[in-house]
Amino acid sequence: MRKAEQLVQGVLQGNRRSIAKTITLIENNEPEAPKIVSVLYQQTGKAHVIGVTGPTGSGKSTLIEKLIRELRRRGKTVGVVAVDPTSPFTGGAFLGDRVRMQEHSTDEGVFIRSMANRNATGGLAKATKDAVRVLDASGKDIVIVETVGAGQSEVEIVKVSHTVIVVLAPGLGDDIQAIKAGIMEIADIFVVNKADRQNADKSLSEIQAMLEMNTEKKGWKPSVLKTTALTGEGITELLARIEEHKEYLKKGALEASRKDQVETELVEAIKQKIAESMVEDLKRKGEWEKLKQKILAKETDPYSVADRLLRKLRRN
Amino acid sequence: MSTERKIRVLIAKPGLDSHDRGAKIVARALRDAGMEIIYTGLRQTPEQIVETALQEDVDVIGLSILSGAHKVLFPKIMGLIKEKGIDDMLVFAGGIIPHEDIHDLKKIGIKEVFGPGTPTGVLVKFVQENTRK
Repeated sequence: MRKAEQLVQGVLQGNRRSIAKTITLIENNEPEAPKIVSVLYQQTGKAHVIGVTGPTGSGKSTLIEKLIRELRRRGKTVGVVAVDPTSPFTGGAFLGDRVRMQEHSTDEGVFIRSMANRNATGGLAKATKDAVRVLDASGKDIVIVETVGAGQSEVEIVKVSHTVIVVLAPGLGDDIQAIKAGIMEIADIFVVNKADRQNADKSLSEIQAMLEMNTEKKGWKPSVLKTTALTGEGITELLARIEEHKEYLKKGALEASRKDQVETELVEAIKQKIAESMVEDLKRKGEWEKLKQKILAKETDPYSVADRLLRKLRRN
Repeated sequence: MSTERKIRVLIAKPGLDSHDRGAKIVARALRDAGMEIIYTGLRQTPEQIVETALQEDVDVIGLSILSGAHKVLFPKIMGLIKEKGIDDMLVFAGGIIPHEDIHDLKKIGIKEVFGPGTPTGVLVKFVQENTRK
């Protein structure tokens, strides 16, 4: 446990090697990980977490690079967790988001970590949320999370961030795409990037038209704006909108969304702990393989087995 | 609880090379062998490379160079790796490196140097055999 304590101390002092090692431990689900996370948990909640999602090639990484640059100019420290997909066939991954941000790699006020999603669904990795916590606890003012190139239903980003930016590019789809549920519903801010391209205004008005259909009067109205990440155009405005959203959250919405996040996380944690201990129990008693065989032979099914296990647990 | 370790590899391009075909082929081969590859992109300074390796907490650093500046850049990189205390990482190199330079590069801690035409299978095996995992 010495090692864990040292790492925690290092993270709290902002030591880069400790931050990196801690994220690795969490990512690999090492035995020390839960202890470290629960200690660091107390030290989190100070950073503003910005989620950046959107389709492959819409310019998320380049936009983040420009955000980092502007935030640094304003004296803010920044952490980034950039998620790319793991191959479902080989388990390998090519993590390329960082290439766009390398200019900031030697800046002491910036910490960038690439993460493979290790086949988790929803656009993030299992360890992303805790990696954000590590960066938060290390004292970063802003933590930016980049999802994998997201199609329609990768909405996990909502659960880790305070402000969600959906980055789109002109020509990716018409107004039918804009009405679809999923990713189009989670944005606090829409960005039409690559605004120097044809049809940027058309994309912008399609999103605006979609938003006008929202009948709910209360709450935050998502804003829509154009950027050209390559040249940095629109970045100042984007940061102004982020700031506005942050102010809005402070007036009460933050509390509510934190409660939601805590609820989801608590349910997840309970599920995981109970499932793990039940499976371990069955394995220890040597019943695990037998159960699997029975299900394979269609003598029973996973749901009946789960029901039976739950009844047994309740009786104890 | 089971751990889910993966070999993490940084593929880095130090110096002023303007092309990275070889680096990408190596990255792809290691990816297909189930490893997680972080790529730096072109024209990196030794400081950028070493700092990236540290933040990404990789197990392996692969240096690709074609410019002929390896005798200047590699010692600088290896020095920084020591300085930052990450010299437990495995370092290998590839690209256009004259045979007579290899001995000196190995002396400063580069475990192996691969030339053009190396079958990717050899590389994969080298990385797998030289990492603890």
